[in-house]
Amino acid sequence: MVRPRSLTGRVLGAVLAILLLGGLLVAGSTWWNGRQAARQAYDRILLGAASDIAESIRIQNGAPLVDLPVSAFELLAQAPQDRVHYTVTGPGGSLITGLDGAGPVAPPSRGGASPRFFDARMDGEAARFVRVTRRFVERDFSGPVDVTVGQTLRARQAMTAELMLDALLPMAVAGLALMVIAWIVIRSALHPLKALSRDLARRDPNDLTPIATDRLPRELQLMLGAMNRFMGRLDGQVETMRNLISDTAHQLRTPVAAIRVQAEIAATEAEGATRGRALDRLLGRTRSLGQLLDQLLSRALVIHRTDSAQRVAVDLREVALEIVERDDHALIAPGVEIRLLIGEEPVIVRADAFSLGEAARNLLGNAIRHGLPPVSIGTERRGDRAILWVQDAGPGPAPAVTARLGERFNRNAGSRESSAGLGLSIVRSVAAAFDGAVEMTPLEGGFRAALVLPLAEEGK
Amino acid sequence: MRAFVFALMLVLPGLTVLPAASRAQEAVARFGEGDTPLLLRSTTDIAIIRPVIERFAQLRPELGITYEQWGSNALYARSRADCREGGTSADAVFSSAVQQMVALVNAACAHSHQSPATQALPESRRWRDELWGVTTEPAVIVYNRRALAGGAVPRSRFALLDAIRARPERFRGRIATYDIAASGLGYLFAYSDSLEATTFGALMESFARVDAVATCCSAEIIEGVAQGRFVVAYNVLGSYVANAARPEVGVILPEDYTLILSRSYMIPRGARQKAYAAELLDFLLSAEAQALLSEAGLITSTDAAETALAPSVRRFIPLSPALLVALDRNRRAILLKFWAETFREPSVP
Repeated sequence: MVRPRSLTGRVLGAVLAILLLGGLLVAGSTWWNGRQAARQAYDRILLGAASDIAESIRIQNGAPLVDLPVSAFELLAQAPQDRVHYTVTGPGGSLITGLDGAGPVAPPSRGGASPRFFDARMDGEAARFVRVTRRFVERDFSGPVDVTVGQTLRARQAMTAELMLDALLPMAVAGLALMVIAWIVIRSALHPLKALSRDLARRDPNDLTPIATDRLPRELQLMLGAMNRFMGRLDGQVETMRNLISDTAHQLRTPVAAIRVQAEIAATEAEGATRGRALDRLLGRTRSLGQLLDQLLSRALVIHRTDSAQRVAVDLREVALEIVERDDHALIAPGVEIRLLIGEEPVIVRADAFSLGEAARNLLGNAIRHGLPPVSIGTERRGDRAILWVQDAGPGPAPAVTARLGERFNRNAGSRESSAGLGLSIVRSVAAAFDGAVEMTPLEGGFRAALVLPLAEEGK
Repeated sequence: MRAFVFALMLVLPGLTVLPAASRAQEAVARFGEGDTPLLLRSTTDIAIIRPVIERFAQLRPELGITYEQWGSNALYARSRADCREGGTSADAVFSSAVQQMVALVNAACAHSHQSPATQALPESRRWRDELWGVTTEPAVIVYNRRALAGGAVPRSRFALLDAIRARPERFRGRIATYDIAASGLGYLFAYSDSLEATTFGALMESFARVDAVATCCSAEIIEGVAQGRFVVAYNVLGSYVANAARPEVGVILPEDYTLILSRSYMIPRGARQKAYAAELLDFLLSAEAQALLSEAGLITSTDAAETALAPSVRRFIPLSPALLVALDRNRRAILLKFWAETFREPSVP
């Protein structure tokens, strides 16, 4: 497996690439500048020497004579390691004087003002030349005299190299310093990441508490914030799961024990009437156990969904209508009349339709089971609240029960298995999940239990 | 005039202080019995340089060294032709006519060599790492000890001028110098003098007034001074005076300035034994060979302690392209014309 590249390596690589590219560009440009500077400097020397020689030409007995000045060559000796060339030619290219034995060097083409600089070969070596023309108009001689002076390029190349080095050495040092600084900066910037990884590696697998994000860079805080939120949700779910398991175990122990007792009685009782009674009880217990299981599952489902399901706009009227239409309560209390009281206006909340349905079903179930008919279900708007209520004609639960409402389960040992506690706990969970509350209101000649949720604005 | 100069340069092969010879190659000597041939062409007398080359042959027994003694102009012409036409090039060229050597290097005829020994040479004694000055030989004024003694000995050119002016009759016809038209070395000294000081003109004028003799050869001049035929000889190469070993002859290193010539060594581009030629150069620059050269009179120490010559008055003839001016035909024509006008009746036979 290929080892992934480190962040430090990547950034350093990029910095190095930038520096190298910049260095190359700068080196190229300093080379060019150095070359230009050397060319200008030594071209001036060349021109000075040629002008010196041109100055020294005089006409003697009708012919040009060159009293070759040493100063010209001392000027050329500014480039001490370079070979030199000079020729002085009269009209028509006739040689007046020149380097012993060297052939004349001609500029590439005619034309152009004096002085003319040009490049040519000198005994097989690249060289730079200048040609200066001096025109004589005298009684016994008239015409142009060309002075050509040339020099090889060693001094120019040396000067170019020197200028380039002078410019590049400090830059190379600066580049190195930049690399070192970049390395230090990157290391210190990545240090929190390393510390974080170390902390995470050492962390207990069950520890889902948030990681401290203060004193961390903003980018890391962002990442850690997301991670902390994720861990929070995970923590909640683990907690829920744990509660569910313990609730379920607690709720099921008593009914299952009761069923076993009834079944044992039925098995040992030989006489018909007693046996029949025991079987009847067994049947009732089993039915109520089924109902309890339903409720437990429904609660688990509700808790799971309120955590994870997406919130959508739900009309509470539709929830109430569906409950009435499904007619589930007929199983519990056949023949009980359910009244539906909903208005014309929609009552919209942002929630999960299934969870709301479960809550409404439990409210209705409680009312049917524990209250007195007539039972009615309805919705209404009160200010910015949306209310789904269930009302019966009974006195409502005892104040003690109302007070303990919302605990996870509040079935005491003496109460019936199909208790209102679990149902209310579901309602309570749903209310909490969607930022609402459960209201228990004794009325004149009845009792109303209501799920109060924030009203969603229309169209949203 | 130009034609005359041209003829001089081509026809007279022995434009040197050595006796002119009609043959290009004046003498040949072989050193060592080795199988690897090494050809050295030089203007230096075999007799003078023999101990140095013999020592090198001892150190390198694999070499069979052929030492050819040439006249400087012939050597120059031959080396240039070899360079241009690829003839049988020498493996090393060693000449006192430094302006010609500079011209050869300037014509890209030389091979480059660098070693600690060459790098130790002062700037004025090397050029392009292709030409090296091996010896130091001053141009001196020699005089007859019997004719001049004590305070009468002119220690500088001004003193000589004053002496001539004060007693012209004493010097009439008894001052000698090289005929620069005939002697390459004399020309080089005269050319260098013409650059160094305005006294050159005054000196020429004085020489003319007392009918100075422009003659050809070192040996002849030194012999003349020794015998008392000449009182003073101007611009004589010090090494020849040392080799002549005549006690009657006094030597003056002029105190205004003393020209110092360095015989130069070059490895031609066409040399076949470049490595051995470079070794010979390094040997010549070594302490041992320098001591031998010093014994041969080819190195005159110019240290102040020995000769009372202050560093500021030493004028090395530097190996630089400026020497090309000395070879320029117009320039030469002008100097020769000036010379001819000064010595209207030259004593050259």
